[in-house]
Amino acid sequence: MSPSLLLGVAAATPRFRTPHIDYLSILPILIMMGGAVAIVVVSSLVRRQLRTGVGTLLAIVTSLAALGASLTQWADVADHGAKVTIAGAVAYDGFSVFIQVTVSIAMLLTVLVGDGYLRREDVGGPELYVLALLSASGAMVMGSANDLIVIFLGLEIMSIALYVLAAFNHRRTESGEAALKYFILGSFSSAIFVYGIALVYGATGSTNLPEIADYLSKNVVASNGVLLAGLALLLVGFGFKIAAVPFHMWSPDVYQGAPSPVTGFMAAVAKAGAFAALLRVFVSSFGAERADWQPIVWALAILSLVVGAVLALSQRDVKRMLAYSSINQAGFILLGVQAADGRGVAASLYYVFVYTFMIIGTFAVVTVLARTGDRGHDLSEYRGLAKRQPLLAGALAILLLAQAGVPFTTGFLAKFQVVAAAVDAHSYALAAVAMASGAIAAFFYLRVAIAMYSPAGASGDDASHEPAGAAGAGVGGEAGSAGSGSPAGSGMADPVGAAGGRGGAVGVAAPGVAMLSLQVLTDEAPSPEVAGRTVPVPALAATALGLAVAFTVVFGIVPAPIVDFAHRATLLFL
Amino acid sequence: MSHTPFPFLTVLVLLPAAGAVVVAAVPRERVARWFHEALGVTVAMATLALAVTIAVRFKVADAGYQMTSNHVWAKVLGIHWFLGIDGISLFLVLMAAVLFPIALLGARARRDPRSFVAWVLLLEAACLGSFVSLDLVLFFLFFELTLVPAYFVIGGWGSARRGYAAIKFFVYTFAGSAFLLVGIIAVAFIHQAQTGVLTFELPALMHTHLSGTAGVVLFLAFTSAFAVKAPIFPFHTWSPDAYAEAPAGGSALIAGVMAKLGTYGIIRFDLNLFPQATHTLAPLMLTLGVIGILYGAVVACAQRDLKRVVAYSSLAQMGFILLGTFALTTQGLTGGVIMMLNHGLIIAALFLLIGWIVERRKTDKVSGLKGLQAPAPILAGVFTLVMLASIGVPGLNGFIGEFLVLSGTFLTHRWWAVVATGGVVIAAIYLLWAYQQVFHGTPTEEDTKTRDLVWHERLVIAPLVIFIVFLGVYPKPVLDRITPSVDRLVARVDRADGTRQPAVALSHHSRPGAGNAATRTTAATSTNAATTRAGGTYTGVTAVMFAFAPADGVTAGTTPTGTFSGGGTR
Repeated sequence: MSPSLLLGVAAATPRFRTPHIDYLSILPILIMMGGAVAIVVVSSLVRRQLRTGVGTLLAIVTSLAALGASLTQWADVADHGAKVTIAGAVAYDGFSVFIQVTVSIAMLLTVLVGDGYLRREDVGGPELYVLALLSASGAMVMGSANDLIVIFLGLEIMSIALYVLAAFNHRRTESGEAALKYFILGSFSSAIFVYGIALVYGATGSTNLPEIADYLSKNVVASNGVLLAGLALLLVGFGFKIAAVPFHMWSPDVYQGAPSPVTGFMAAVAKAGAFAALLRVFVSSFGAERADWQPIVWALAILSLVVGAVLALSQRDVKRMLAYSSINQAGFILLGVQAADGRGVAASLYYVFVYTFMIIGTFAVVTVLARTGDRGHDLSEYRGLAKRQPLLAGALAILLLAQAGVPFTTGFLAKFQVVAAAVDAHSYALAAVAMASGAIAAFFYLRVAIAMYSPAGASGDDASHEPAGAAGAGVGGEAGSAGSGSPAGSGMADPVGAAGGRGGAVGVAAPGVAMLSLQVLTDEAPSPEVAGRTVPVPALAATALGLAVAFTVVFGIVPAPIVDFAHRATLLFL
Repeated sequence: MSHTPFPFLTVLVLLPAAGAVVVAAVPRERVARWFHEALGVTVAMATLALAVTIAVRFKVADAGYQMTSNHVWAKVLGIHWFLGIDGISLFLVLMAAVLFPIALLGARARRDPRSFVAWVLLLEAACLGSFVSLDLVLFFLFFELTLVPAYFVIGGWGSARRGYAAIKFFVYTFAGSAFLLVGIIAVAFIHQAQTGVLTFELPALMHTHLSGTAGVVLFLAFTSAFAVKAPIFPFHTWSPDAYAEAPAGGSALIAGVMAKLGTYGIIRFDLNLFPQATHTLAPLMLTLGVIGILYGAVVACAQRDLKRVVAYSSLAQMGFILLGTFALTTQGLTGGVIMMLNHGLIIAALFLLIGWIVERRKTDKVSGLKGLQAPAPILAGVFTLVMLASIGVPGLNGFIGEFLVLSGTFLTHRWWAVVATGGVVIAAIYLLWAYQQVFHGTPTEEDTKTRDLVWHERLVIAPLVIFIVFLGVYPKPVLDRITPSVDRLVARVDRADGTRQPAVALSHHSRPGAGNAATRTTAATSTNAATTRAGGTYTGVTAVMFAFAPADGVTAGTTPTGTFSGGGTR
């Protein structure tokens, strides 16, 4: 055949050109997915059920490989600069690599915690790891996506695996209920998200993020209703994944119902993926429209901060409390988004990174402390823990204090940076509200701490001498006579406190101005069977916990490496 | 600024912190029962030795920051490990270094001494760190860090309602400092916008130009944190609970040392960073101070247990410190600083003594105690002395502070001083009344069995008694070191205020060049430079009285009573 004929055939048939694929840019994603497939294959090859240890080993190796690949990427990006690959669908920059590192670490810690859980619950099987690895790969895709459609792909890979993970422990009915709630609401939010993509495409003619940014910078959208509606819908989709108020309704139930290691994973990985995509879409692509979306994010942040902190106060279930605290933390990260500049992005990245350690470490303790069947997350179960297991109690106390933002922990530096970003963007009110909500949040973190450091078996020592009302009146009377106009003590009665019968009343007085009055149950006597229960701590979970605590404290005292890491990731941001 | 080769201040902060870690790390089973307490006291004593060394090396006439050490801590964030000490912080550091070993020795933990000692040492590190930090974020870190050990000390070793008191304490102070952090960041960014440098160092930020409104708002943001910590009326409601529920050593340290962070913060940061706003808001702060004095005194009269009496008396004392600070005269501010020192010593002694009473009798209710004078004469004697110092009897340290504060305030804000004097009278009422109830009268059978102070308790309280008497008789060494720094600070605040005299403003010493326009009183210009600061609005009587007042240190120092009568003869 002559060459001309060949050429003619080629010209006649529409050619499908596969894009050049830069494998290094998606290596961690491939490793995660490959690891998941490998575990499935191995478990189907062996005749009996795969031993938990084998699955754990494979998952650990996979996570470490992904972490190694991410760090290789980091060196590569630092040397050769950021770029867009695979037909413009994937961004390969410091930002995406940062998310890959975060997710790899979250995965590794989750596997370490999950091993002991699987053995105790005897739910066997490697499914937990397979699903978690897939979910993690989805979060990574969201982190490196450079196209709205790819973001949606990542979102769905991540979410669908999470729906199943929430229902993973089939012996618990709450688990199934949580999964169903998560699935139904999650599907809704996905649909809304896709619709948002469609509207943005309609308004700008592209789903590719740089192209959208390019279009918006060159054109003034005269009637921008379609674009704004698209933006709003995208924001709803993201808001759901990061559990920002008012899209948070699912999170307390799901956090409470899902198996404890999965909850920690969900809180870390879903946040990392969703915030990565949120930052990339809104700060870099819709940066030109920031005047339109900043107020919305401002409102979301304020609502999340306040609602998360206030509702957490009345929780007695530690997992539920952590769900609300996680909403509060999401509000803090939104401060960085709202600032919409380099400082804000770096602050948000840093926050997501260190929060991964704190929250998975916290859920490691929650997992270990639970009874068989993942029951027993009531606050009273934590009473006297410091006496029985001082190391475990100390670790949890450090992680909780770090989440409250106590100095010389990474938690403080995270809060410091987002607040700095907000102040830099002249959102003074937002910064002040955030810090005030941090003070409220400190209360419920300390409740757990004080329960742990109170003697087990003793009745509510701090409150039993005076009925709640009397204590409240005492505070109120004093504040009243102080002439500060405080209505403290006359506030609404907390239903839990009323039901419990024992309660200390705390008048939380915001200095000077309006007073917020809360009657909160500070403590309660444990049920008799609780006192003196010592739980075994699996070695791997202890390792994860140790890593989390060490990271939180060491990099709180020596902040430079991680702070620089987050800032350089932002500098290498496309 | 002088750089010393040996990083005294860094070691001063890190030594107790390292001690805390070591104490916490040594397992209970391996060592003797007394090991942790002995180690803790050793570390605290070593810290005291270091503090004394610092005081010896301190250059008396130098008004600036001494023994500074400055290292980058987080470059991207602009945070520095920047420590330095001046006349204002020197005695707070010394006081803290003295009180911590005393509290460890005098009020031992009933249970789990290991954790108690570790928390107390951490509290010492945080307090010392706050006093010597010259980087605003570093200060904030230490300022916040004090909460954690204080919280655990109250919550872990306190009396019946400790959980409630601990959480109330933590949340109040945490809420206050929320605004402080936002304020710190805002100042740094305003400074960055003006100079292009992101830094949190106090000396650099002092050159930030702040508009009137911005200055006032930031002043309030800073002050809200300090007011809660101090505590200053009306932000005090956590303190009676915390002081009453904490263990004796905890109350002594929290009220004696940690609470000083509030007033210290006002003097160090509010006055330096926001001189204009300080002038604008001085009447407000003075009013709060006076209300605090009267309210604290009146409520103290109504208390039925000793710890709460002392807690409310502390509120009144804080009012005096505030009054002296915002009088914005050298006398007043020196009085405020020296009063922080005095109040720390007095209240620590009072809480220790009450702690010993509680240890013996299981109660600090005034009604449950009677006639302790007979079975415990030494306890009664020491209590009397400390109480008289607290009332402000001449010859004891309390008088020096109160006198300087009142005379300094009288110069610039006469009526506030007049009203505040009423508080002095009421203080005598409630303390003497409580004393009468507890120590006089016919003891019941139970009272007669109350043991007197044993030898080690006498040994522990002795240094405090010595300091109380010594400072009352001869405060010159303290005044000499405080005055240069205070003078510089007052000069700085004056400089920012357009109505003041430039000749005064340029001065770094207590004797600026004459030739300024404080003309209405020739006596003032000729006698004493500080009088010129009174702004020329005062009559000859004031000026003459002022000539005896302690701006020239020696007069006031040696014969405080003489000063008073000197003024009175006019």
